[in-house]
Amino acid sequence: MKILATIKRTPQRDTRMKLTADGELITDQVQYEVNPFDELAVEEALRIRDKVGGEVVALSVGSAAASEQLQTALAMGADRALRVEFENGLDPLQIATALADAIRRESPDLVLCGKLAIDDENGQVPLMVAELLDWPHASFASKVELDADAKKAQVTCEVDGGLEVVEIELPGVITTDLRLNEPRYASLPGILRAKKKPSDVIAGSEIADMPEPALRVTGYRQLPPREQGEIVESAEELAEKLIAKNLV
Amino acid sequence: MADCLVVLVPGAEQPSRSELAAVGFGRQVAEQLGGHCDVLLLGPQASACGQAVAAYGIGKALVADHPDLAQPTGEALAAAIAHVASAADYRLIAASATTIARDCFPRAAARLKAPMASDVVEIGQCSADVLRFTKPCFSGNLLEELELHGSTALATCRASAFEPPAASDASADVQTIQLPEKLAHPRKRFVEAKRTPLERPELTEADVVVSGGRGTKGDFTPLEELADVLGAAIGASRAVVDAGWLPNDFQVGQTGKVVAPKLYIACGISGAIQHLAGMRNSKVIVAINKDPNAPIFEVADYGLVADLFDAVPKLTAAFRAARQEQGAAS
Ligand SMILES: Cc1cc2nc3c(=O)[nH]c(=O)nc-3n(C[C@H](O)[C@H](O)[C@H](O)COP(=O)(O)OP(=O)(O)OC[C@H]3O[C@@H](n4cnc5c(N)ncnc54)[C@H](O)[C@@H]3O)c2cc1C
Repeated sequence: MKILATIKRTPQRDTRMKLTADGELITDQVQYEVNPFDELAVEEALRIRDKVGGEVVALSVGSAAASEQLQTALAMGADRALRVEFENGLDPLQIATALADAIRRESPDLVLCGKLAIDDENGQVPLMVAELLDWPHASFASKVELDADAKKAQVTCEVDGGLEVVEIELPGVITTDLRLNEPRYASLPGILRAKKKPSDVIAGSEIADMPEPALRVTGYRQLPPREQGEIVESAEELAEKLIAKNLV
Repeated sequence: MADCLVVLVPGAEQPSRSELAAVGFGRQVAEQLGGHCDVLLLGPQASACGQAVAAYGIGKALVADHPDLAQPTGEALAAAIAHVASAADYRLIAASATTIARDCFPRAAARLKAPMASDVVEIGQCSADVLRFTKPCFSGNLLEELELHGSTALATCRASAFEPPAASDASADVQTIQLPEKLAHPRKRFVEAKRTPLERPELTEADVVVSGGRGTKGDFTPLEELADVLGAAIGASRAVVDAGWLPNDFQVGQTGKVVAPKLYIACGISGAIQHLAGMRNSKVIVAINKDPNAPIFEVADYGLVADLFDAVPKLTAAFRAARQEQGAAS
């Protein structure tokens, strides 16, 4: 089974991003890591490979900086890394186009993607990839049961009203939700081995049918501030205040 | 070019607040563009719900049912939406950012080769050439301003950020439309739904939410008693759902539901940015936490530094007494 996991370089998960007075993002002190949902995708890919055999390829679209996160995936245990070289700032359909092109070259059985990147929080790319490839997808997976012989995956999806189970015949795209697994840490031997694993780059100019950018981020703003609250001394005082304000 | 299309996959004959909020969103954009807001309703409840939605100041309701929409997959919904969109000339196709929409809109966007905005909370200046929206980013810590170019665009909106429009006596046309024979993907199959039974108001629609975190240690009894007195919904942090204390659809936050009730009572929740992302727009936030330095107090209108097992029952008792007094007085 050949499994591909997509990876985005995003700010460390608990970072509170700040803006300059002019509304520019302040990035100099920011630490980056593998987008948490993509980390779950890598972990799931490794678990499937370790059970049924095969290969795990970590794939990212981005600038050279993303190599650091691909190295993390290799250190976790992925076999190979592939990066489609683009400066950051592509829109979701452009990223999906680049990923779909790379996926066609690799023709994996399964593509695992994080359901959301925690920077832009668009959650669009994985399903756009599936559509461009005309593959089925399963979103928000909390459980993946793979039948490698039948080339099928039964996926439990976390949806608004509870859970839904769907089945896809491979090849397909699965997006990961938080409760899918607990990603392993890269071990020291893993980090050393990662340096020797193959890492390839596809030039952006090789990507076919790249659309024009149509979604543009034009600026950032702070959230509207909340009014300063007060600390109350007792449950009784709290109850009085909420009743006085007609909140209950 | 000036019209908008709001997509609903109704679960009942009457539209929910979140569905009507999407209609409100679509109408606001259409008004700016000088066009109408039509509503596309898909699935077994389409026809009945279409009749109800027709009263909300829309252009027309387009209703369609189809064997592939009985238990709709994202693939089938995307095919249906793209079919309707390519036959008409909508500037914007919109829905509320439910898991259903998030599971089909990006596919429909790729099919239509159109840009999409996710989780819109504000509408900027819109024209035939460019739509401008604002959405949260970086775990809800900042807002991002977007422009969508091209002739068609898609957007999901955050239901809590938009008002349902007022109903009127005038009723729009309800038209049944035909969909292509095959909508579903040949390699995708719906197996089963495991719905969480609803014992209290729906989390995203409730006026009051009582939410618990790891501090409850899995014992939600005091919170449930408080919720019962207030007619509130129960919510939870990720820690609670990860521990298996409550099902996934109770989770509030970046990865769970986004709520903005009149009153949000957070008990034993530390206030991680991913949790704040789902509740910081609540009108009034109450935090009950043992740790005076817990970040939840930074967004709380009323903070109480206390053990929740001591404070919550006292709160419940005080509300109950107030209710009884009210009852006696009236
Ligand atoms: C990618 C990603 C997405 C995430 N998405 C979400 C999300 O959608 N929603 C979400 O909630 N989290 C999310 N998280 C997790 C988040 O970072 C926190 O880990 C989580 O919110 C913590 O839950 P908690 O506040 O219940 O637990 P803790 O952080 O452990 O806090 C427990 C609190 O309870 C207090 N406490 C303990 N005992 C008592 C007592 N007896 N009385 C009163 N107070 C007490 C403690 O002082 C503490 O403040 C996400 C994380 C990541 C990385």
